[in-house]
Amino acid sequence: MKFKALVLVALTGVFTACGGGEETKETTSSSSTTAPAVVEAPVEELDPMENIGIGPIDELEFDDEIDKELATAGEEVFNAKCTACHKINKRYIGPSPQGIYDRRNPAWVMNMILNPDEMTQKDPIAKALLAEYASPMANQNLTIDEARGVAEYFRTLDVAE
Amino acid sequence: MLKQALYGLAMASFVLTSCGGPAAESGKKATSGALSGSAAEKVYVAPGEYDEFYAFISGGFSGQLAVYGLPSGRLFRVIPVFSQDPEKGYGYNEETKPLLNTSHGFVPWGDAHHPDISQTAGKVDGRWVFINENNTPRIARVSLKTFETEEIIEIPNSAGNHSSSFVTENSEYVVAGTRFSVPVPQRDMPINEAKGNFKGSLSFLSIDQEDGDMDLAFQIRMPGFDYDLSHPGRGKSHGWFFFTTYNTEEAHTLLEVNASQNDKDFIAAVNWKYAEQLIAEGKFEEETTNYAENEWDHHTHMATTTMKKKVKVLDASKIPGLVYFLPTPKSPHGCDVSPDGEYIIGSGKLAAELTAHSFTKMLKAIEDKAFDGEQYGIPVLQYEAVNAGAVKNPGLGPLHTEFDGKGNAYTTFFISSEVVKWKLGTWEVVDRQPCYYSVGHLMIPGGNSREPFGKYLVAMNKITKDRYLSTGPEVCQSAQLYDITGEKMELLLDFPTIGEPHYAAGCPKDLIHDKTTKLFKLEENNHPYVTKSEREAKVVREGNDVHIYMTMIRSHFAPDNIEGVRVGDRVFFHITNLEQDYDVPHGFSMIGANTAELLIMPGRTETSMWYPKQVGVWPFYCTDFCSALHQEMQGYVRVSPKGASTPLTWTLDDDPLQ
Repeated sequence: MKFKALVLVALTGVFTACGGGEETKETTSSSSTTAPAVVEAPVEELDPMENIGIGPIDELEFDDEIDKELATAGEEVFNAKCTACHKINKRYIGPSPQGIYDRRNPAWVMNMILNPDEMTQKDPIAKALLAEYASPMANQNLTIDEARGVAEYFRTLDVAE
Repeated sequence: MLKQALYGLAMASFVLTSCGGPAAESGKKATSGALSGSAAEKVYVAPGEYDEFYAFISGGFSGQLAVYGLPSGRLFRVIPVFSQDPEKGYGYNEETKPLLNTSHGFVPWGDAHHPDISQTAGKVDGRWVFINENNTPRIARVSLKTFETEEIIEIPNSAGNHSSSFVTENSEYVVAGTRFSVPVPQRDMPINEAKGNFKGSLSFLSIDQEDGDMDLAFQIRMPGFDYDLSHPGRGKSHGWFFFTTYNTEEAHTLLEVNASQNDKDFIAAVNWKYAEQLIAEGKFEEETTNYAENEWDHHTHMATTTMKKKVKVLDASKIPGLVYFLPTPKSPHGCDVSPDGEYIIGSGKLAAELTAHSFTKMLKAIEDKAFDGEQYGIPVLQYEAVNAGAVKNPGLGPLHTEFDGKGNAYTTFFISSEVVKWKLGTWEVVDRQPCYYSVGHLMIPGGNSREPFGKYLVAMNKITKDRYLSTGPEVCQSAQLYDITGEKMELLLDFPTIGEPHYAAGCPKDLIHDKTTKLFKLEENNHPYVTKSEREAKVVREGNDVHIYMTMIRSHFAPDNIEGVRVGDRVFFHITNLEQDYDVPHGFSMIGANTAELLIMPGRTETSMWYPKQVGVWPFYCTDFCSALHQEMQGYVRVSPKGASTPLTWTLDDDPLQ
């Protein structure tokens, strides 16, 4: 497993080097209708907690109390549409959502769910994640309400810990 | 001398090499001139931009339907209809196999002929495209939301289903007609007793306006002629359908000579509104027959076959007022109706003129009983009483006519290899342009409707010869695109087509492009073997049948390690693509499986059947590049000997899936 990760990092390095800082036709993303993503090492020095990403959500502030009904609905959506790639207790095809709000802005999380194609092309954190995991974040076409439920469900994972 | 020659060669090659770039370009411009530049601009669709029209071009003996863009001539998709298509698993996976069932069993190939787009109020509406199969008579309905075949219905009591599959102006019916008359019902009898004993059938299939479901509403029993082509009445002639006939001689051998004896054959005018009334009043014979009706179910993602046993029949020889014959010279082929519904154009293949009948005159002739005898009890109308005019000496071997909606008609001439433009009503020839070579059908988008889009004309040629780079003895079929906006037609483009294109149908892109299905919602997937999440994945043994409920998502299968399968088992891979994004299909293939791959669209479930024959550990993988880790999308099935006690397990990442 560790070895595989190492190879991936090396591959990413090669792609980046070939790019020569200019236009790169190589891509690690095969998804969607949009133009190929350019894989670059993340250079921006940005507070990840300030980064809301790119997408339909400009701001998301949680209530103090977790909305249990909403979180349960979100858990159902997560189990149906997301668990093929995300496990709660381990790194899998993609990262675990546990403790997500310690490292990401809630709006960023929603935008990553709702607008992954553009995020993995333009958002510095999402680009770095694509380079790290190589498998693109899949667009599962959740509605904003469904994604909001998933975002609420992620809060319960933090509480459990 | 030798040295000089060599020197010369060297010089020549030096010149060629050094001037390769700009000189070659300017040379091209100088020789081909400005005219071709303007043709190039007219067919150029810039990268990322869309064509203005869809063209659905028959794949002929490939059995399929090809989708092109106009004016670019680019091929976008080959829709599998009557033939198996291993690329898409069509006719190989368990879900689509029933679509190819007939009363003769599973038929893996067909001869596709005449596509026609559904209509509303006489205008093409972009809901469905219908296409007929000539060899084992069938009509298929293709959805223009999914670009998939949704239904195939077999036509009983028919053979050579050629005068088909054209729709009425509100898509009330799609028709089929017999080209090769046969005994009805089929029986053991001497061939040379065909005359008077063989019959033709004109079939009317009703269309459900909600889901497109076709039903064989009724058949009209006809004399044993050959029914070649047909088109619906429209506007004033809505309610009538017109079929060309040849071999009114009823020859059963050497038709090339024996079916070309009569000076005139007929266009059969069928009053289908009257037929509809007779059926509603119960005035029909019910006959026993046997035919397959194969339908796709959007909820279960699979097709089922129903064998139907009855057909309602109206005998044209016994029912006055149902059918009239319009005498038409010399084995007419194309049967085309002008946009206003007034003129019925018969293209006598061997005639020196192109015949135009008048619908108004036909009604009057019927009223006046202006008959010239009868054939098998069906009145023959007097030629002069129905004829509106003729295009004199238009060319050799007329086949098909389409219209531009501006008063002009365009007819193909096979023998003289040209498209001829002429005026409706005055019958004068306006222009003629050569085709390369030997044109058959032609198509103007909406050309078989009340409102043609008279901008482009596609000629579909029978002979290709030297038009493209040679590919050995067999060359592709060739289509040609003409600009018909001016007084003179202008040839813009050659483009290759598949099979042999018999006819085509076209419409503006806006009728279809924004309305297509992008994916199938997992919530709405009611396939009996669906697996909606990885935790539902499982393997179930039922005797020697093993059902593998599997999922796929970028970029792994769940489960991807399966043990406990044995030689002698029959294994079903029921695979659900969990993706919910546009254009993310995954493929599936199993080493040694005697079938094609699966190509599974997002949210859909498909099934591949496999008989493991050899002990070992056998891999399967995703065939359609899906992500950077596509090469990692693979798995293994352990096959133990017959009778082995290896426990049935299914895992992913060495964990059981539960």
